[in-house]
This record gives sequence, structure tokens and C-alpha cells, in this order.
Amino acid sequence: MDFLSDPDNVDLYLTGFSWILRLTGAGALGALVLGVILAGMRVSPVPVLRAFGAGWVNTFRNTPLTLIIFFCYFGLYSTLGLTLDSEDIALNNFWLGVLGLSVYTAAFVCEAIRSGINTVPPGQAEAARALGLSFFQVLRIIVLPQAGRAVIAPLGSIFIALAKNSTIVGTIGLAESSSAMKTMIETYSSQTILIFLLFAGTFAAVLIPTGYFFGWLANRLAVKR
Amino acid sequence: MRFSRIAAVATAAVLAMSAAACGGGDGGDAGSGGSADGVIGKAASGKLIIGVKGDQPGLGLQTGTTYEGFDIEIGKIVAKGLGLDPSKVEWKTTASANRESFIEQGQVDIVIATYTINDDRKKRVAFAGPYYEAGQDLLVKADNTDITGPESLAGKKVCSVTGSTPAKRIKSDYPDAQLQEFDTYSKCVTALDGGQVDAVTTDDIILAGYAAQSQYAGKLKVIGKPFSKEPYGIAVKKTDTAGCAKINEILKAAATDGTYKTAWDTTLGKSGTPAKDLAVASLTNCPA
Repeated sequence: MDFLSDPDNVDLYLTGFSWILRLTGAGALGALVLGVILAGMRVSPVPVLRAFGAGWVNTFRNTPLTLIIFFCYFGLYSTLGLTLDSEDIALNNFWLGVLGLSVYTAAFVCEAIRSGINTVPPGQAEAARALGLSFFQVLRIIVLPQAGRAVIAPLGSIFIALAKNSTIVGTIGLAESSSAMKTMIETYSSQTILIFLLFAGTFAAVLIPTGYFFGWLANRLAVKR
Repeated sequence: MRFSRIAAVATAAVLAMSAAACGGGDGGDAGSGGSADGVIGKAASGKLIIGVKGDQPGLGLQTGTTYEGFDIEIGKIVAKGLGLDPSKVEWKTTASANRESFIEQGQVDIVIATYTINDDRKKRVAFAGPYYEAGQDLLVKADNTDITGPESLAGKKVCSVTGSTPAKRIKSDYPDAQLQEFDTYSKCVTALDGGQVDAVTTDDIILAGYAAQSQYAGKLKVIGKPFSKEPYGIAVKKTDTAGCAKINEILKAAATDGTYKTAWDTTLGKSGTPAKDLAVASLTNCPA
């Protein structure tokens, strides 16, 4: 058990999971905003916007996340010179990671919300239109609030997947939990299984209750029809 | 009908798995005897699997199905010493993280993969050697003059592999440097070439391999002031003491008959670094 008594390892462990939390938080926020906009595009009456939304979803949903994150570093940063933080290399990698995670997860959020929009009876939107509301007003005041409450459980699954996907940002050098695990295994290779269980266990311990929480929330807030 | 077919398939699968499990168990038992399962026995049966790195030019580089480099040449010397034709050797790519488990599970018989001998690793595998002593160094662009050694790294961006010993040393001993970590050194060298990082750090021998690659010829240079000692060992199963001692004997012979120097000259020697003598007196890492 000597690897647990090394204060460096405690530090590594905490830093790793704090990066995961920040990635998940920032990524979820970015994906939610982008995803709602994309869902709006996909149901809009303008063909160009619909095509853009469909193109985004089909492209990013079918590209491996590793490639997207890799492209964020070697494509956007290395080749095109997009620097998101010129001072701190870790923060730069963090924001590149958030960008990749948001762009990718937004495709899934968009589809979840679009399925929620389909649960709203057409009569609701027709009535709103009959009152003289514009497309944006119908979407914002009538449809999205009902759609959002219908898709809390699927959004929960997407955010749980996002938390686990965050470990991929380690490939561009952010010291998140999977990198921390690699570092510990390199030094304490005789205790590989224990180290693995520690990290896998932490993810499970945080994410299983999160799953139940979203299930409970979905039940509470669902529009009963 | 359908049910019985599924049952038959399931039974076959279970039988296959239990047979495989038995095979593994037997191997472990024989290993403690140190004969049939050891590298000597494996070589006598006409087949040897050597785990090497596949992405380190000059040391262990895989192109298609062939491997080349200094570690590969050392592997050929060991195979020849065990009385096996080097063409009978099966090379297998190992990553740093799975070297111990590959040895333990018998997926490879020997690991020669820039494998630094240390006490924690000795708990799981036995090391013959060291066959080379490397040291951590820095790779920079050829026209760089402000990085002269690890002391001048403050505020600079330094790249290494996630979780590696060199990365760890930079974090603990030179915390003023900004560390960029990737999963392979190739990405680090790409980033150095593109100007996103100022230096790449790992063992000098690995850096020399990259500097000697044709696409970087004349563009990159190794500083040449190693600031650590990394004795590279040849790993075998922890219980295989006879095999370990035999490999040390083979290395001793290779040092005197010149094959060790030839191995260097045809691989890393091309970077211009002359061969070091193999320190025969230090071949003392085998478990007693």
C-alpha cells in the first residue's frame, strides 16, 4: 500500500479529478448551449439552417472523439495557431479540450432535445402560432420548456458519458485522471490493479449516484400527459 | 433444437476457456522450477517472443512487420546466444505500461524495450543487464542557444510522455518549466518541430534516435548533458533465475567478441555517437 502513503500521489489523484470536473462542467455548459441552438436549427423553417444542423450532427457524432481532440491540438493550435491561453500550457490544453468535447457532445445533446421536441403535441405549437407568436417565441416559450423536461434522463446519460469522455483530453497532455493513473502505474507498477481499481471506483462512485439523481429529476419534472 | 445448439456452443466456449486457464496455470508452476518455462527452455523448443518498443527510431522501430534498432540487435544477440536462429524470434510491440504484465502472463518471454531497472519493477520481473546506461537529456531545435541544460528550462515548454519517469523528474526537480505531456514521443517531436514546445526530454539514447531520423536531419540537436542514470535491463519472468544469468553471460560474451559494438554501430552509432563499452562488472541485477 506504499503508493497511498506518498503525498505526491494524493496530489496527482486530486488534480486529475479536479480537471475531470472542470472539463465536464465547462464541456456540459458548452454542449448544452450549442446543442439547443443546433436543435433549434434542425426544426427551423429555413432549409439552410436545417442542413447545417444535420451536417453538424452527422459529422461530429460519427467522428471518434480522440480524433476531434487530436485535431484541436495539432490542427487548430499547432497548424492554424489558435491559442486559447498563451501563458499557461495546461489551461491552453484545457480550453482546447473543452472546445473538442463541446463540439462533439453538442451533436448528442441536439438529437436528445430534438426527440424531446417531438414529444410536444403539435397542437401546442399550432395554438401558439394562432396567438400570433413568431417561430422563436413558439420555440422559446412553448416548445423548449416542455421538450427540456422530457429529455432530462437522456441528457443525464449524455453528461455521464461526457464525464468519462473527458479522460481523452489526456492525449493532448492535460494532467487529468487517466494521465494521473498512468503516472502512478509507471512508478508503482507492482500495484497496478489496486491503482486501476482506485480510479475506476472513483468514477463509479460519483457517476452511479448521478445516474440515479437524473432519473429522480426526470420523474419529478416530467410533463404528465 | 436452437436451444441445444446454443448450449453446445456455450459448453465449447467454457471448455476452451478452462483449457486455456489450465495452460496458464501449468506454465506458472513450471516457471518456479525455472526450466521448461524459462527462456532457455523456450529457446530450446525453437521459439522465442521478444517484447520491444515499436515507435522509437534507432532503438525499436516497427516498419510494416519488420523491426529495427539497437534493442532489436541486442535481442538478436540474446537469441543467438540461446542457440536460436534470430529469424525464429517473434517480435512483439510492448508499451511502457504493459511490459510487466506481458512478462507475467507469458505473452512475451523477454522484454528489451528501453526498460530502466528499478526496485519497484524488480518486484514483478527479473532483470538481466544493464546492457546500456542512458541518461535523461534534452532535444531542442538546432538553432536554439538559450537552452543549455535542465537549469535553463525555467518558463520554457518541455514535452515528454504522460506518466514517464522523465516527465516525473521535470515536475519534481524543475517545477519552473511548463510540462506538456503526450502519449508518445513522436507527438512531442512533431510539436518541437512545429514550435509549440521548446524542448523534448527523455533518455539521451532515445533523443539521439529521433535526431538521426532523416526528416529531422540537421534541424534538431541533443544537448548532451545527461542529468540522470537510466540503466536499461533485459526483463524475464521473476522466477527465471537461470535464464537471467544465462542472458548476462551472453552479454558478457558480446562485449568481448565485438558483436555489442557492431550492434551499436549499425543502429544508434549512425547518429555520430560512439559506442560506450558495455560495463561487464555491473551485470549484477539477477535475483540470487
